[in-house]
Amino acid sequence: MTRHRGRGMASINYPIGMNLGGDPSQALVHSNPSGKFTVALSSIDLGQGMKSVTRQICAETLGVPVEDVYVDTADSDTGPHCMGSFASRGTHRVGNAVMAAAREARGVMMEAAAEELEVNAADLETDGRGNIHVKGAPHRSISTKDVAIAAQFKQGKTISGRGIFLVPLSDVDPETGEMSPATCYAHACLVAEVEVDDETGEVAMVRMDSAYELGRALNPRLVEQQLVGGAWMGVSHALYETPEPYYPDPAHGPRDFVEYLMPGPGDICAHDIAVLERPAPDGPFGAKGPGEMCANPVLPAVANAIFNAVGVRIDDLPITPEKVLRAIKAQGGARPQARH
Amino acid sequence: MSKIPLQFRHNGRDVAIFVDGGTNLLVALRELIGDMTPKFGCGQGGCGTCSVLIDGELHLSCLTLAETVAGRSIETLDGMKQGPNLHPLQRAFADNFAAQCGYCTPGMLMAAKALLDRNPSPSRADVIEAISGNICRCTGYEPIINAILAAAGGRASA
Repeated sequence: MTRHRGRGMASINYPIGMNLGGDPSQALVHSNPSGKFTVALSSIDLGQGMKSVTRQICAETLGVPVEDVYVDTADSDTGPHCMGSFASRGTHRVGNAVMAAAREARGVMMEAAAEELEVNAADLETDGRGNIHVKGAPHRSISTKDVAIAAQFKQGKTISGRGIFLVPLSDVDPETGEMSPATCYAHACLVAEVEVDDETGEVAMVRMDSAYELGRALNPRLVEQQLVGGAWMGVSHALYETPEPYYPDPAHGPRDFVEYLMPGPGDICAHDIAVLERPAPDGPFGAKGPGEMCANPVLPAVANAIFNAVGVRIDDLPITPEKVLRAIKAQGGARPQARH
Repeated sequence: MSKIPLQFRHNGRDVAIFVDGGTNLLVALRELIGDMTPKFGCGQGGCGTCSVLIDGELHLSCLTLAETVAGRSIETLDGMKQGPNLHPLQRAFADNFAAQCGYCTPGMLMAAKALLDRNPSPSRADVIEAISGNICRCTGYEPIINAILAAAGGRASA
């Protein structure tokens, strides 16, 4: 029995959201009489942090503390339309919609503040701590709470804003058929190192090193969490999980977590991640979206690493010990490839 | 079928319920006591999210017959924080971003508490062993392992 080490890499070019025009999401922002703001969305936060990120985007655009913004999500009865949380579109699409809505609400808020302070709205600025003051004269100031109260009870205004983000339709070149399938791309490269046991066919992850270019990381800890967890899911797709191990024969399909395999805490490996921030021209504050791309490069990198380790090229996922072993036997033994 | 009277301690409080024979502890806790912190994942011991402590020992409540806990002490996530203060493990989970969707979190926290209660300074290998019966779909385990080690080290690691 020998354990062979192998290293493989993969690069990806990842389009954010759905393509070719459309893919809309809407947001509504309004102030409450307390001067706090509510963002209404029907978009869903599945745990990736869209509530946190849209809250940051709204607060930053309005110029108020992040604590003053509440994000209400996931009810399509009360929230404006959203296509959904998939295709890594949340931060980019919903974030853009929230930004547009917050910008409109900010305009009304500044007008209401201008009326109270008896100045021109163009001369006002927010301090990011819940106050609006005259540029260069911070003592000429009013709190967002007092502006909200004045707007609601005195001026008869609603401090609110509407936002939608819609990807422009890509024109098709009649000669070539060429079009722009997406407006925003993220990129990544991942190197996986594995150890393949040529007697059992088992593949163990040794380490991963990756670099992700995903626009501006609006919340670096959430980005890191997504990349760490998503790589695990990539490993799981590469080596473990499938609902149809003997496709198309449904026999012996998994019925539960004992048979539907996923890596446990003992199967993970060290993963060193570098995040490169190149702001997207059409992203909210330059953000793209790390969503699904966190899992994608792992699969080809692991398949390449297995080839590098024992010389078998498996193109059918997941790469189970059985497939590795059969392939090694078919070629008459492990054939480690050159290491670079 | 007649109901079976059952008394046990639930997070330090005495409770008395009537259960059908064959009722498992998870159903008793969720439906009869109203403690929704132990989650139903697979119902057959494969995922760990229903984990609770019985007399300080980690058990899968979905595989435990309710009537076997008569007179014993059950701890669930519901009893973990003291008043308004989070338990150090809960604080460490938050600080280390150890939850995404959160469905595995109750089981992870109970497995971690069982570990730290008997071994206050575990190694990384001890932590991995302790949570090896719990499946997490989102985090890749790394933040969970780091959170438990941080709680053990008594530092709120950033």
